[in-house]
Amino acid sequence: MKWHHEGPVLEIDRLSISFFTRLREIPAVMDFSLTIQPGEAVGLVGESGCGKSTVALGIMQDLGRTGRITSGTIRFKGRDLCKMGEPELRNIRGDEIAMIYQEPMASLNPAMRVGQQLMEVPMIHESASKEAARKLALRMIEDVRLPDPARIFRAYPHQLSGGQQQRIVIAMALMSKPSLLILDEPTTALDVTVEAGIVDLVKGLGRKYGTSMLFISHNLGLVLETCDRICVMYSGEAVERGSISDVFEDMRHPYTQALFRSIPLPGADKTARPLVAIPGNFPLPHERPPGCNFGPRCTFFREGQCDTAKVTMQPIPGNDRHESRCLRMPEIDWSAPPPLPVATGTVEPGEVVLKVEGLQKYYRVAANALTGGAKRVVKANETLSFEAREAETLAIVGESGCGKSTLAKVILGLQPATGGTVTFGGNEIQNIPVARRPREMVGNLQMVFQNPFDTLNPSMSVGHQIMRALEIFGVGTTVAERRERMLELLDLVKLPRAFANRMPRQLSGGQKQRVGIARAFAGNARVVVADEPVSALDVSVQAAVTDLLMELQREKRTTLLFISHDLSIVRYLADRVLVMYLGHVVELGTTAQIFAPPYHPYTEALLSAVPIADTKVKKERIVLEGDIPSAVNPPPGCPFQTRCRWKDKVGPLCETQTPPLREIAPGHSLKCHLSEEQLHLMRPVIQTEDT
Amino acid sequence: MIKFLLKRVGVMALTALCLTFVVFFLTNLDPNLEKLAKTQGNSRMSDAEVASWLEKNGYARPLLIRYGEWIGVVPGWTRTAPDGTVAGRCLHRGAAPETAPAYCGILQGDFGYSTRFRADVSEIIATRLALTGTLMFWVMIVMIPSALIIGVLAGMREGSRADRVLSSFSILWTATPEYVSGVIFIAVFASSAVGLKWVKGSAASAMRDVTFENFALPVATMALYGMGYIARMTRASMAEVMTAQYIRTARLKGLKFRRIILRHALRNALIAPFTVIMLQFPWLLTGVVVVETLFNYKGFGWTLFTAADTNDIELLLSCSIVAVLVVLVTQLISDIGYVFLNPRIRIS
Repeated sequence: MKWHHEGPVLEIDRLSISFFTRLREIPAVMDFSLTIQPGEAVGLVGESGCGKSTVALGIMQDLGRTGRITSGTIRFKGRDLCKMGEPELRNIRGDEIAMIYQEPMASLNPAMRVGQQLMEVPMIHESASKEAARKLALRMIEDVRLPDPARIFRAYPHQLSGGQQQRIVIAMALMSKPSLLILDEPTTALDVTVEAGIVDLVKGLGRKYGTSMLFISHNLGLVLETCDRICVMYSGEAVERGSISDVFEDMRHPYTQALFRSIPLPGADKTARPLVAIPGNFPLPHERPPGCNFGPRCTFFREGQCDTAKVTMQPIPGNDRHESRCLRMPEIDWSAPPPLPVATGTVEPGEVVLKVEGLQKYYRVAANALTGGAKRVVKANETLSFEAREAETLAIVGESGCGKSTLAKVILGLQPATGGTVTFGGNEIQNIPVARRPREMVGNLQMVFQNPFDTLNPSMSVGHQIMRALEIFGVGTTVAERRERMLELLDLVKLPRAFANRMPRQLSGGQKQRVGIARAFAGNARVVVADEPVSALDVSVQAAVTDLLMELQREKRTTLLFISHDLSIVRYLADRVLVMYLGHVVELGTTAQIFAPPYHPYTEALLSAVPIADTKVKKERIVLEGDIPSAVNPPPGCPFQTRCRWKDKVGPLCETQTPPLREIAPGHSLKCHLSEEQLHLMRPVIQTEDT
Repeated sequence: MIKFLLKRVGVMALTALCLTFVVFFLTNLDPNLEKLAKTQGNSRMSDAEVASWLEKNGYARPLLIRYGEWIGVVPGWTRTAPDGTVAGRCLHRGAAPETAPAYCGILQGDFGYSTRFRADVSEIIATRLALTGTLMFWVMIVMIPSALIIGVLAGMREGSRADRVLSSFSILWTATPEYVSGVIFIAVFASSAVGLKWVKGSAASAMRDVTFENFALPVATMALYGMGYIARMTRASMAEVMTAQYIRTARLKGLKFRRIILRHALRNALIAPFTVIMLQFPWLLTGVVVVETLFNYKGFGWTLFTAADTNDIELLLSCSIVAVLVVLVTQLISDIGYVFLNPRIRIS
């Protein structure tokens, strides 16, 4: 039941959505307006909890039993969705409005073949015959550029990789050629190189079918790459709305500005464009301040003006449909550069603290859950060699499955090495499990975990947990002494001392990660392995936590092994970078060497895949074909040969011989067969226009 | 797969061996043997008479040797009486001593002789198991579909009125043991206490011919108890599946509620209860003892009860083997069925 309509595809007018709990009404979205024209892609940006997903579910009229639209209208092609009955909505869902979700694995039925799930759409909406639906599904699988459609059609979701699953979800959404496609963080769960492929695909298909898109994301760079217009949300409200170029170059809301200043850009380094963290925390829905929601965290806040009445959206004269929710908009000098932070001075790295040589880690896994079957070997780490000096930050970069977390586990003694050595403080430690390491060594070699939500004991107060760590590391002899040390540690990570008595659930994500950092530094750590320490946190607190980590490291002359998939943040804080692919070190060098040509072909692709939230940056698009090969069955020869775009320059050598790690400049090594001359032909991937 | 099956069979044999030894040890404790002698001989035997009876029937020898005889790895005993007649373990069927085999344990396929029923154990077990099989079959036919339907109906809209009503009934049923519900059922539906007299309070006639009248109460008593439990498990599993993201995907595809339940939720929701249903079989064995005794249905449960009551050693041992078999075979079916239902762990 598709109908023709002239005018906008979607018009949301002063929409408010609340969730009703036994205690109170929780307003999730307030006074939210948005218009999407046919063929237009609109980005909806904000941090977690700002209400952007609630807007999406509101459009779908799927708010659950507790959620309700309290006021406002949502008009889809001229008709109010809020006034439609269940059968009418059912006809629109999946047919006229389709949705793509954050976690593709969870969004597909695990017990149903992919083809079956695809065929359902035309069969219910267009009463298509089984045969017609099957043909359409196969064509769609081809359209989303999946290899061997017939095989994929018969596969179960768990037999596909994350990127392939997301392509299936996209195919399912586009089966009935909807007028509006809602994408709710479609690439957050995926690797950057896979993300680049998905973004390319969505853009291409959107153009092909003329679909309008609502692209929900917390990643400004992605929105820049995919959308025509953008709407920034903060704490349930739209704070700024306009075309991409207006908002990115001519922003008129303090939150938008602060958000841009807090994210690292791989085109610039720390001296040219310092990171500025947004102070404070995101307000909880029932603790919103009077007046402007962003007031308490805003540098332009003025008492008596910003905290009195609700602020409304104001149009910005001269720009096309550009609006902002700021009372002080005309008074603020928007072109003023961000305040430069106090120069911190560089720290000279000292002696080698940690040395890894020819490290190998193989896992043996059962091929079959039920019968055991033949054991297969996962080659997680393959001849890794590097050294880390005192007071140095060594970033370890690579996509999921490249073996970076395995490396961390071997260093920390959670897994024994299969071969090679790890030397720390003169001792070979690769085969000493953490339980048999001397207390001092455990304290000296610590870790900051990725997910602060899972790594704190939920039933133990913060102070108690830190004191427990002190006890294990053998710091202090009495409880009073440890308590004193614990309070000092809280000071160190800039948490109020009163937090010692709080339970982890009373802390925000950023605060929890600070506790995690305090715990890691409790035993005078000499090496701290930080495994994606900020990737689970919101953009606005990432900068603050990163800063803290760097500051502590400078002060304590700690060696930091910073594991990350995010090249932009690595550029800001690393002294040296190690790029890993499929268990191999493919490139190792100083940060400047890594971010400038000559690159390893994989580094080049990785750099190109990072979405950059800067309209002035031009980058070469290199989309890697296919997925990372399985570590159970790695390709012969060079590990990257299956996806390398430079392979034809070398010839069959890539398929037969693993290239040696060779030094092409002092301190810069590559694992590639390309000749020196060929490497020097490479162009920089990221270029800023005005340089 | 074959390796897996062999492993399972090995575990089964080992478990049976341990269990039967424990049973053998317990049934051969002195007071139990004395009881056996007195029920077999006469109840007023003196201690000396008991001792001589035990001696005469081969019970007075070391425990391990007799256990070995039962297994079939030690030759069966023979004893020539003063009057010249030869008695022996392998001669109880009146076989001639010359042609009788030397070994007659379970390894030779001889499960022994029941002192209580004066018949071959294998014969008794076969007929009684067949009767219990009939009862089980009808219990399962009633219990599984209704439990699954109740669980799915309750779980698909968690917290709704239907959910609360059905859940309350499930809890009530599970909380009532069979000897309570059985007695209540007999009083209400079969006796003159209430006067309904719709069905019979005894299932004795069902051994020859199953009718609704003679079989309704034992089946209902057993089914209701197990039903509550399975329904609760199904409900929990269903409620969890209904909050899964792929159900949201299905809903936002525009599917009807009915289709979401039947096509998307059901199979995923049944994975967990399937294991529970299979675990119900061994449990039903104990329920069978109560129900068969209560309704005078002479099946496996009743036999087990009688054998224990009269210290019928070889019958009890065979009952134990049957119990081990039932437990492990249902576990095997459960594991294989789980793999079949859940494609994520299917053999690749």
